[in-house]
Amino acid sequence: VSAVEYEPVIGLEIHIQLATATKMFCGCALSFGEPPNTRTCPVCLGLPGSLPVANARAVHFGLMIGLALGSELAPRSIFHRKNYFYPDLPKGYQISQYDLPLCLGGRLGDVRIHRVHLEEDAAKLVHVGASGRIHGSDASVVDFNRGGTPLAEIVTEPDLRSAEAAGEWLRLLRTTMRVLGVSDVNMEEGSLRCDANISLRPAGSEQLGVKTELKNMNSFRFIERGIRAELARQEAILCGGGRVLQETLHFDPASERITSLRSKEEAHDYRYFPEPDLVPVAIDAAMLDAARAALPELPAARAERFEGQIGLSPDSARLLAFRTELGDYFEAARSVEVEPAPPAQALANWISGDLLARLAGGQAVAAADGEPGSGADGRGEATSADPSSSRVSPRALAALVGLVATKRISVGAGRQVLDRLVAEGGDPAAIVEAEGLAAIDGGDELAAIVAEALAAHPAAAENVRAGNAKAIGPIIGHVMRETKGRADGGVVTRLVHEQLGI
Amino acid sequence: VSAPEIIDLSAAQAVAEIEAGRLSATELFDAYRARAAADELNCFTWVADEPPAAEARGALRGVPLAVKDLFCTAGVPSQSGSRILEGYRPPYTATVVARLAAAGAPLLAKTNQDEFAMGSSNENSAFGPVLNPWDSARVPGGSSGGSAAAVAAGLAPWALGTDTGGSIRQPAALCGIVGLKPTYGAVSRYGMIAFASSLDQAGPLTRDVTDAALLLRHMVGRDECDATSLGHPEEIVLPTAESLSGLRLGVPEELTGEGIDPAVLAAFHGALSLAQELGAEIHDVRLPHAPHGLSAYYVLAPAEASSNLARFDGVRYGLRAEGVDDLLELYTLTRHDGFGTEVRRRIMLGTYALSAGYYDAYYGRAQRVRTKIVGDFDAAFAEVDFILTPTSPTVAFRLGERTGDPWSMYINDFCTVPMSLAGIPAISIPCGLAGDGAGGELPVGLQIAGPVFSENRLLDAAFALERALGFDGSRARIGGAA
Repeated sequence: VSAVEYEPVIGLEIHIQLATATKMFCGCALSFGEPPNTRTCPVCLGLPGSLPVANARAVHFGLMIGLALGSELAPRSIFHRKNYFYPDLPKGYQISQYDLPLCLGGRLGDVRIHRVHLEEDAAKLVHVGASGRIHGSDASVVDFNRGGTPLAEIVTEPDLRSAEAAGEWLRLLRTTMRVLGVSDVNMEEGSLRCDANISLRPAGSEQLGVKTELKNMNSFRFIERGIRAELARQEAILCGGGRVLQETLHFDPASERITSLRSKEEAHDYRYFPEPDLVPVAIDAAMLDAARAALPELPAARAERFEGQIGLSPDSARLLAFRTELGDYFEAARSVEVEPAPPAQALANWISGDLLARLAGGQAVAAADGEPGSGADGRGEATSADPSSSRVSPRALAALVGLVATKRISVGAGRQVLDRLVAEGGDPAAIVEAEGLAAIDGGDELAAIVAEALAAHPAAAENVRAGNAKAIGPIIGHVMRETKGRADGGVVTRLVHEQLGI
Repeated sequence: VSAPEIIDLSAAQAVAEIEAGRLSATELFDAYRARAAADELNCFTWVADEPPAAEARGALRGVPLAVKDLFCTAGVPSQSGSRILEGYRPPYTATVVARLAAAGAPLLAKTNQDEFAMGSSNENSAFGPVLNPWDSARVPGGSSGGSAAAVAAGLAPWALGTDTGGSIRQPAALCGIVGLKPTYGAVSRYGMIAFASSLDQAGPLTRDVTDAALLLRHMVGRDECDATSLGHPEEIVLPTAESLSGLRLGVPEELTGEGIDPAVLAAFHGALSLAQELGAEIHDVRLPHAPHGLSAYYVLAPAEASSNLARFDGVRYGLRAEGVDDLLELYTLTRHDGFGTEVRRRIMLGTYALSAGYYDAYYGRAQRVRTKIVGDFDAAFAEVDFILTPTSPTVAFRLGERTGDPWSMYINDFCTVPMSLAGIPAISIPCGLAGDGAGGELPVGLQIAGPVFSENRLLDAAFALERALGFDGSRARIGGAA
């Protein structure tokens, strides 16, 4: 065992397909699974003589991203050519940005942003043959539908310190992009892709170690597992007295194996130079105003508002704000006028607790973005349960929480009402009425039932009287059975104590 | 109008004859089609089989157009003079060709050129060299050699060329015709198979200055498909000037001294005297960085070309090497077999210039030279209206004379490259004949360059000089009335 403690240093490079109507540099519509090579034109096929024209909408989305991340927006940014040969790159170069990107710097959560730039996606190579992978395939064919799709590449500073933190931060980024409406950010469909730069350094050191780049992990779970595996690999090397080599790596989630794609020596010389077919992107006041006007409230700001203005606990505020659909549902429920009105924290608790559990329970494990078993952060992200598409209207939930909070019905009765709402929808008051679930108040009816319960459990009554508070259980249970859960536990306890003279 | 007379008409005269009902567009097309089909100068890579089905509408009245091979023309071979694109028929037509067709100039033929426009003699074509109609032992210049020779020989009324460092002006000079390189951005590049994107510009090759103005008028315009296109702030009008009165003409010593053939200089100075007689003032101007233009050009243009030509990889179109085992072999064999020597040389030059560690020393430095040259012209045009130089340091040279020495070929562009780097318009008009050293005479070109978007004034000045010079190009016309 090495005496040295190592600290992980992780930075992410995220590619986001922008949800524009057309491709980055031509008029082709974006493709969503159309037959191969049906969304192409001379420009995105790289035919001789064709020229690119930058998509203004993509620039607009890029500015929105920059504003959302607090980046410095370059008044004048330029496109460069990144030259390399590959069959999925029809021009022999990718139009990207290099030393003058659209956005520089910024921050999301506790991670600093290095830069954001625009570029075009490559086409899709399909390897024909038994394995479906390049090795051992009979032939490779190219589908150019994806080629030229606009991408925003977001590069972070190396501010992440664990695989879990990377996964969590990536979720925040995804929610932010989704709220912005600039991308579908769906990892399985490839509209969100992530590479990680990973290194270890002795704890407390300021210097960065040799990093490796883990390419193209296609789910949140694989990202965390891949980073963990690579950190373990590097730690084993360093503890064994070896040196980590700078290389590009591939993580195979099936075998958990990490394999080298290319070493530093094999790295491409991309021969970047300014793209002479395009003019600089000059950002004017009108473009900035349009991007600002299009900016919705972002998750981080929403969490602050939920906490600061509405008074939710920090955890509740983040949970609702970072899951847009929950935040939206929460705000919808708060905006309806019901009597009695539900307290905000209680409403938040019912949404994130009982409601979500019931909605998730009613489904197979259909994960967010189809990622089986993700949600290692224990925030229920494993489900795509969206309350707005359930039978429980925001108004009904608000009314229900109001009834419980004012003790007009008990918590237990409230849960029964919620079961009915989830199954059939409807109005809580009507369900309470129909099912006779209204709380029994502290009057004679409940006093009589308490007396009956004490009589039925004399030993327990004696123990309670002797000071054993926990012995009250069977007595309360009796009352709840008799009242079908309509009694308030606190009131019952008070009555028990009164009748026992303590 | 009988056949030899048809051939003696300039394009503008042919338009007038058709308008007057004395000539039919079909008759004109057929006459030129037959001449082009019988071409023995190797001007063409494709000739139309028949006149266009629909009668030409538009101001150009059906006067047919020869188009340099590198313009994409839907369904018609567009090979940029290269083996790697042999037989390639694009699915779309270049904007400028489509505009001219809509204006009434249908496609007559595609013209031979140096491969990917890299060359000054047309000897770099995969489809064989073009012969100069003045002397078939000599080159027509390049890279738009087929277009220049075809117009000079009367095998086409007019032609489209492209100019990157002199590829319109130099062959126009060597063939005794008019060639205009417009301001960069005035004409769309969409559909032009690129050599060097920041320099390439399409322009007319014509028998006279009026034809150049007439063709250019229908070429310019902003194109949504070309982000670098600007269009032209003025409508191009036909030139009418008869004098040069009040014009200040600048003669830069850097481009009119050492390295220019004495016979060429003599013709050039003869033209200057004539300009003075027409009322112009001649001034000395300085273009101190212009002599470095050639070096900067031969870094920048190959750098862009190395990237522009990366798409020819055998994957989607054009030549594909057979019997290869892996991807790298597909690339290397396809590109080795498909590209000629000069193209391969420039791809290697450009790749080297852009490589990590060399970028600043080559590409970065060449860009700074380019900026200095722009500054030189700005300063000069504060003092004079136009700058005059010989177009080419020599008259047409013999086939094979310079193919063994790239530098001797590159210096053909010495006088034309600075204007290309500055993006300014420049026209070459024939200004006389010079002895070829073997008892014959060959045309000399005069280059007139002006500030950006000065085309109308440039054409006017060229028109006045052309009239005064009275150059007779009919000698080169095959089977013409003369």
